[in-house]
Amino acid sequence: MTPPAWARLASPLLLLLGWQLLSSTGLLPERILASPARIAATAWSLTRSGDLLAGLWVSFLRVAAGFSLALVAGVVLAVLAGLFRWAETVLDPPLQMLKAMPFLGLLPLFILWFGIGEAPKVGLVAIGALFPIYLTLHGGIRGVDARLIEAGRTLGLSWLEQVRHVVLPGALPSLLVGIRYGLSIAWLSLVVAEQINASSGLGALITQARDFLQTDVIVVCLLVYAAMGLATDALVRAIEARALRWRPAA
Amino acid sequence: MTVALDIRGLTRRFGERTVLEELDLTIGAGEFVALLGRSGSGKSTLLRVLAGLDRPAAAISHLPRQTAVVFQEPRLMPWKTAQQNVALGLRRPDATEAARVALAEVGLQGREGAWPATLSGGEAQRAALARALVRQPELLLLDEPFAALDALTRLRMHALVADLWRRHRPAILLVTHDVWEAVSLAGRVLVLEEGRIGHQVTIEASYPRRRGDPALADIEAALLARLGVGQKAASASG
Repeated sequence: MTPPAWARLASPLLLLLGWQLLSSTGLLPERILASPARIAATAWSLTRSGDLLAGLWVSFLRVAAGFSLALVAGVVLAVLAGLFRWAETVLDPPLQMLKAMPFLGLLPLFILWFGIGEAPKVGLVAIGALFPIYLTLHGGIRGVDARLIEAGRTLGLSWLEQVRHVVLPGALPSLLVGIRYGLSIAWLSLVVAEQINASSGLGALITQARDFLQTDVIVVCLLVYAAMGLATDALVRAIEARALRWRPAA
Repeated sequence: MTVALDIRGLTRRFGERTVLEELDLTIGAGEFVALLGRSGSGKSTLLRVLAGLDRPAAAISHLPRQTAVVFQEPRLMPWKTAQQNVALGLRRPDATEAARVALAEVGLQGREGAWPATLSGGEAQRAALARALVRQPELLLLDEPFAALDALTRLRMHALVADLWRRHRPAILLVTHDVWEAVSLAGRVLVLEEGRIGHQVTIEASYPRRRGDPALADIEAALLARLGVGQKAASASG
């Protein structure tokens, strides 16, 4: 017998209840972790004061800027490498090598190069999101069904028409997977980049809270990061549902 | 006779293996020709050369201005509707309307906006036929186009192809491994043997051709024998 749908909520609720119990009895001190009730109250007051929204907006702009850069660069590189042998020969080896590097470790270098303003944060987001976009789209273009390309040839399509009507639409599902993956990495990169020298944004809120032992504020900010990640993912999935409506219902 | 296709001395090798050797083939305008051969005999290789998908150095003295191909799989672009697929690459101002008419002709009226994934195997193959015919080809190449369909759908497709051929009169080269399909549709049946046309029969019988016709049965049996299939297997291969 399959358990009812609401049953999946039981264990998280129990955990939450246990957590609250530990906090209320004083077994879990607030400087280690605030209680769920306290976190909820803090979330409410931060929202009312406008601090949370202001920080969120700044952080969101960083992700938007970095991700846009990654999207443009990733698509251009992947299309070039996917369509032209010579471009692949030139572009693919360095990109594969860079991909192997732990890009979060670039942060100190970025700070040396760009200072502590917006540039290193946006840059880290862009670098992180670039690789999944490039890799999936490149693979998608290379993986387009050769039989469809042949069919296109027998229909008299020119090279440009093949790219437009066969190759790019065929690679679109891969690109969308890369975008979703790239977005999750973009948020992750932002969290890391904002831990250092952020004077605004969610990261600054967290840094301040750390100095004042406000575990409740830290948890609220982490929850907001998670919510933003989910929200942007849902957005891409909505785009996917529209752009790939030709796919058989899975 | 006006000629749709004329090839002299076509040779195609893949490494050491010679698949087509000094092959000669002429197809008249509006002629329906079926090509049989054992598997690996080079049927598909020949068709790929004629479709322009493979270009060995060959003495092709006349290749039609406009050819069209229907493959074993429909090969419709999954991200285009049936109508967009038929109109794809069609350089005419009325391409969309022509596509609609072509779809109606193969019995797909009302399905213009359907995604290929929602079409049945037979419907998808009919859309592929429409996509080929809308180009008004002088030569229509059919590469085992019914092989993946169930028996009933296949019979319906045979009738449809015969009907379309009567109306539009393209020359047709039908590559198949189904001997009855060849005998029931074609005016001339060729057998590909050792890289060239080893045998051919002309079939004068009128359409539609019935399975029980003794003259056709004799031709079918002779062709099967030619392909190395005995009498017993022949009756089982319905």
